[in-house]
Amino acid sequence: MTEKKKDLGQEILNEINQDQSETEPAKKPFLGKAAIPLLAILTGLIIGALLIALTSQSVYAAFGESIGKGFSQAFSEIGTAYKALFTGAIGDPVRMFNAVGSGDSKEIRQAFNPFLESLVQSTPYIFAGLAVALGFRSGLFNIGVEGQLFIGAACATFVGYSITGLPAWIHMPLAFLAGALGGAFWGFIPGFLKAKTGGHEVINTIMMNWIAFRLTEWLLSGPMTRPESGGMPISPIIEKSAEIPQFFPSPIRFHLGFFIALAVAYVIWWVLFKTTWGLNLRTVGTNPRAARYAGLSTTKSIMLAMSLSGALAGMAGAVQILAVNRSMALGLSSGYGFDSIALALIGNTHPVGVVLASILFGTLRNGATRMMVVSSIPIDIVDVIQAIILMFVAAPAIIRSIYRLRKPKQEEEQIFLSGWGGQS
Amino acid sequence: MTTVSRVIEHKRIVGISTPRKIIMGVVEILIGMLIYLAFAAKTSGETLTKFVMTPGGIDQGLMADWILPSKLTLTILAVISLAIGLYQVIRGFGKWTNLMIGICTLSLIFGFLVWQAADKSLNLAGMLSSAVLLAVPITLGAFSGILAERSGIINISIEGMMLMASMAAAVVGSVTKNAWLGLLGGILSSIFLALILGVLSIKYKVNQTISGTVINIFSTGMTAFISQKFLQHNAALNNPAMFSRLPLPGLADIPLIGPILFNQNLFVYLMFLILIILQVALFQTRWGLRLRSVGEHPKAADTLGIDVIKTRYMGVILSGLVAGIAGAFFTLGSVGRFEEGMTAGKGFIGLAAMIFGNWMPLGAMGAGALFGFADAIGSKLSLLGSTIPPQFMAMAPYLITMIVLAGFIGKGQAPAAEGEPYEKE
Repeated sequence: MTEKKKDLGQEILNEINQDQSETEPAKKPFLGKAAIPLLAILTGLIIGALLIALTSQSVYAAFGESIGKGFSQAFSEIGTAYKALFTGAIGDPVRMFNAVGSGDSKEIRQAFNPFLESLVQSTPYIFAGLAVALGFRSGLFNIGVEGQLFIGAACATFVGYSITGLPAWIHMPLAFLAGALGGAFWGFIPGFLKAKTGGHEVINTIMMNWIAFRLTEWLLSGPMTRPESGGMPISPIIEKSAEIPQFFPSPIRFHLGFFIALAVAYVIWWVLFKTTWGLNLRTVGTNPRAARYAGLSTTKSIMLAMSLSGALAGMAGAVQILAVNRSMALGLSSGYGFDSIALALIGNTHPVGVVLASILFGTLRNGATRMMVVSSIPIDIVDVIQAIILMFVAAPAIIRSIYRLRKPKQEEEQIFLSGWGGQS
Repeated sequence: MTTVSRVIEHKRIVGISTPRKIIMGVVEILIGMLIYLAFAAKTSGETLTKFVMTPGGIDQGLMADWILPSKLTLTILAVISLAIGLYQVIRGFGKWTNLMIGICTLSLIFGFLVWQAADKSLNLAGMLSSAVLLAVPITLGAFSGILAERSGIINISIEGMMLMASMAAAVVGSVTKNAWLGLLGGILSSIFLALILGVLSIKYKVNQTISGTVINIFSTGMTAFISQKFLQHNAALNNPAMFSRLPLPGLADIPLIGPILFNQNLFVYLMFLILIILQVALFQTRWGLRLRSVGEHPKAADTLGIDVIKTRYMGVILSGLVAGIAGAFFTLGSVGRFEEGMTAGKGFIGLAAMIFGNWMPLGAMGAGALFGFADAIGSKLSLLGSTIPPQFMAMAPYLITMIVLAGFIGKGQAPAAEGEPYEKE
């Protein structure tokens, strides 16, 4: 009897150690890991191009005249749209080159502004993507990032405008921390419900999203409204001392928050892969049964992980308020919370991957704004492309069969997500 | 076939744990105290609450108004909840526990209405009538969930399917000027998404929660894209023929029940029809047994010669069909035009209703009705000039969903093999 128990313990230890060695990043070649996401992105952009051509009336008109004209019209429309996407996202290469040549610092800043603006757009994605990735790593699917972001933003806004007379080096971190705490609280509730009652976090976080929207709507039109707004749901402007500084004069919005995001990504990487706590969290995430046999508390790690995930989401809201918007309105988020799910998966739920994927999507979204102006293609096309990329990343077999890639020898890491009943 | 049925029979015998029993009782007692302290104690003895019992704009099945003494009614409601709670703590209701907490919740809601409408008049029948209408997408969403999950596939993309179907129904209904073709268009678009879900989850064995999310993101983006690209510039594309009120002869003349249940549009009748078909098909036919066995124990089902893969595809496609009807309801049965994000989380609330109803069609219907009612209260009370901000009333369905999930899940009633891809050996 005792011998059998020992064996089981040894097995679990082996399993845990194996988990650790599997996630060791150095063992796999870089491109091998990135091949699937890169091809998924490429395929997503191609399908996006098809969508542009298929929904254009002038393309159909040209096809009515002749097939050749149809194709050339389709390619020219796709070309115009994607060129606008590129110049809107990175900048006009000719102008950038000339600006550097002329040496005029103002012209240089303006020529490079699209690129800087892309980084501005990426910043909330990094926080939100990390939030979802952290959840996945611990076996939780946090769809509630959007709501946590709103609550975080509301808390940061409140601290930002209601406290006056503080020096900036206290006030700004304080407001940012308030945002993180607000998000953490909003994430803790579904975490608690999951751990204690088994209520599935997918539904609970979605419900918390809707509650957060209604709550902020009420806050902004009631207790937190701007006195001179005339009934519009908008908050007062935050104090100067609470602002996260922007590096260049307006209209360039590039700000310190981008670097805070990178630092936070580093911290998350360190916590996940270099601390015992992170190992426990990942063990609960990949193999909850082994974790329970090994004596790890799944309830505690679920609550902690959801709170931390919520805190990251709250930071996304806080950074938007403190660095970019400077006051809160209902149109705060363009769906960061839902986009971040795709980001986390495309980034293979690894902080480095999430940062790269976030910069890509920030860039795409920034470029799509210009594409909307130039060729009147709705910005929501980014969502469609995102869904397609996500599909290909989640089902790599499709990508492999399109591009005739070989199957990897090593089995891919599987994210563990439970059914409705929980695992307890 | 006997092994399969034994597996299923075995699962149905599920007791209620002692802590859960006590917690339920305490919650019921708290509800009773809340009704007394928050409502009854603050109402004076002479106040009357007037409930109008015929929905506005209806001339069949009229009924006289109810005039209730507010304080007395509230006290009775409080006593009922307290008694149920005490019995629950001491003895326990066993398999009636869900029903009893339902009664307490209804007492709370009714008490709240009596208190809010004290000294005023409230059209209760109108509220119930709109509750039935609001329950349609939630209940159909829950049915859609049941069909997929009984075959072992978690479908969290009901929301996305509904959204896509609502737009497709609006566009097809506008172009053809025929509501029936619109409905068909909605259903087909939703089945298309269901097929993608099926291929991803069954063939490629993608985590089902993630494949569902793919469809949700895709639908949100695609509907917004088409809406902005075409519908906003071309109003003729977003002006579908609607299903109008269709009083059932004879039945519509029954007082109170007639106007609420039998003087509605097609979707309400479809909801009841699907309820009956589903309840019978799942539990009385060989087809239903096979579907359930695939969701409970696919290996055993396969051994007995049931095609697991085919059955699961069927479950997912039927799930898409029902979600398509639910989506078409928004544009053809309720609003009359497509708006971005108009499903507003109803698909997810439907999933909660499915869980609340123990993956049973009848239970899901009851849960859907409760959510619909919670929704209806919000809109009606703001008309009464309630002091409660409308945003808080709008939170009610979401809060109830969370409470329901916390209270009723984890009893092992979910299909045992759901979420697991099937691999033939």
